Amino acid sequence: MEPIAIISIFVLAVFVGFEVVSKVSSTLHTPLMSGANAIHGVILVGAIIVADHSSTNLELGLAVAAIILATINMVGGFVVTDRMLEMFKPKKGGENK
Amino acid sequence: MSHFLYSLIGLAAGICFILALKGLSTPKTARRGNIIGAVGATIATVVVFFNAQEGESLPLNNLGWILGAIALGVVIGVPAARKVQMTQMPQLVALFNGVGGGAAALVAIVEYLHLGDSANTAEVIATVFTVIVGCVSFSGSIITFLKLQELMTTRPVVFPGGRFVIAGTLAATLGVAVWVVAALGTNPLLILAALALAFGILFVLPVGGADVPIVISLLNAFTGLTVAASGYVLDSTLLIIAGTLVGASGTILTRMMAEAMGRSLFGTLFGAFTAKPQQASGAADERPVRSGSPDDVAILLNYARRVVIVPGFGLAVAQAQHTVRELADLLISKGIDVAYGIHPVAGRMPGHMNVLLAEANVPYDQLAEMDEVNPTFAQTDVAIVIGANDVVNPAAKTSPGAPIYGMPILEVANAANIIFLKRSMRPGFAGIENELLYDPKTMLLFGDAKASLTKVVSALKNL
Repeated sequence: MEPIAIISIFVLAVFVGFEVVSKVSSTLHTPLMSGANAIHGVILVGAIIVADHSSTNLELGLAVAAIILATINMVGGFVVTDRMLEMFKPKKGGENK
Repeated sequence: MSHFLYSLIGLAAGICFILALKGLSTPKTARRGNIIGAVGATIATVVVFFNAQEGESLPLNNLGWILGAIALGVVIGVPAARKVQMTQMPQLVALFNGVGGGAAALVAIVEYLHLGDSANTAEVIATVFTVIVGCVSFSGSIITFLKLQELMTTRPVVFPGGRFVIAGTLAATLGVAVWVVAALGTNPLLILAALALAFGILFVLPVGGADVPIVISLLNAFTGLTVAASGYVLDSTLLIIAGTLVGASGTILTRMMAEAMGRSLFGTLFGAFTAKPQQASGAADERPVRSGSPDDVAILLNYARRVVIVPGFGLAVAQAQHTVRELADLLISKGIDVAYGIHPVAGRMPGHMNVLLAEANVPYDQLAEMDEVNPTFAQTDVAIVIGANDVVNPAAKTSPGAPIYGMPILEVANAANIIFLKRSMRPGFAGIENELLYDPKTMLLFGDAKASLTKVVSALKNL
């Protein structure tokens, strides 16, 4: 990929990341952190790619370890976030704060 | 699958992540946001099986290993996430973040081994960055986990000359990083990983009590950046987008958390370099306290006009959220004005109390944030502090040496009467004595919060 394309993607993603979470009530700080935590579990994709082109047992072993860890991060992260948010089921009439 | 189509689907996953973060920022859409994020991650994972890398063919090599490893990860991760108690969620998040950082570091190491001498300088720099930050995130998160799980002391761990050791480790890490970039080679990279792991431990050890959640959030942002750097090395736009999003939003979130707690982010970050050994605060051990019975508490409450309930971690531990709601309903039925005073960081994580009370269906309008409730304590007859300590500790205002100094607190001292429901005289998470316990208008009710509250409720019914 062209360096300028990579830099553009990076800089734009930084701004999007800043903007989407600019105003969040403290109630949601923990679930938001947990959700973001689950999203970076997508490193699983990277782990699968390196496992695919591993040519030695050492590389494959490390890649398999990376896949296990990344899966725990991603799947566990989304499940635990959902459990936190279960508590925010909409209430009748109550003002969400 | 053509590379174009693959990239397009990756872009769709990236958009899912943006929508996920956006959704998670508002209570109404939070749950949907999380599900959108999970959908994005699933799409990204599935599609990678249908895209042949350059010079490779489908199906993926080592497919059995890959699927087996994913299955194992699911078998470990899902039950852990489902079974964990509400009180232990913060440390589970820390642990998940740590393994994510570890995974990013491993991916970088494998790719480095694979590329060998063909890696260009930019790729090596990105690899070195990922290995350092991923390892720091991994070992740092493990320490925060141990602290929150109380498998080690929750107080800041500071040893003489500690800051020089930390600065030395950091300098050595950076030195070796330059060496790896200049000389290449597997051994320097492994030394680098070891140094970064050590630095992660040293970096988090001096962080005490209330600052731990801020550090978890910061390490979370770090892990995001490592994912972005891996994306560069692996030529994956999706990883760059996802990692950068988490890095950027995580940084903002860390700052917001620090503000909510009245901590300077800088102070937290560089606490490792500035922390001084704590003086033992044993000034006030032998003084008398006034303890009461559930009946005393019930009488006090029965004749109050306004009651503020201040919940803390003890409430979560005792799972007393339903009982506390029963008490509040009973008081309201007697025409008493009841509010919950929620400190932004009561419990072990920002929002911990809101989540817990929402589970007991406490109406939102009874939950008052700190700025709302503080001016009302002067008109409050009884403040009931349930398993909270640091968030009402006046030391945060009066004693500059205290680890929590500067943190805004709930000013329950202004209420006419204060009731503390505590298990023991043990100090709170930050490990500092609370002067308020010795205040003449304070009454202590010792015991498990749920058991105590149940007794108070039945005493109140008999009045």
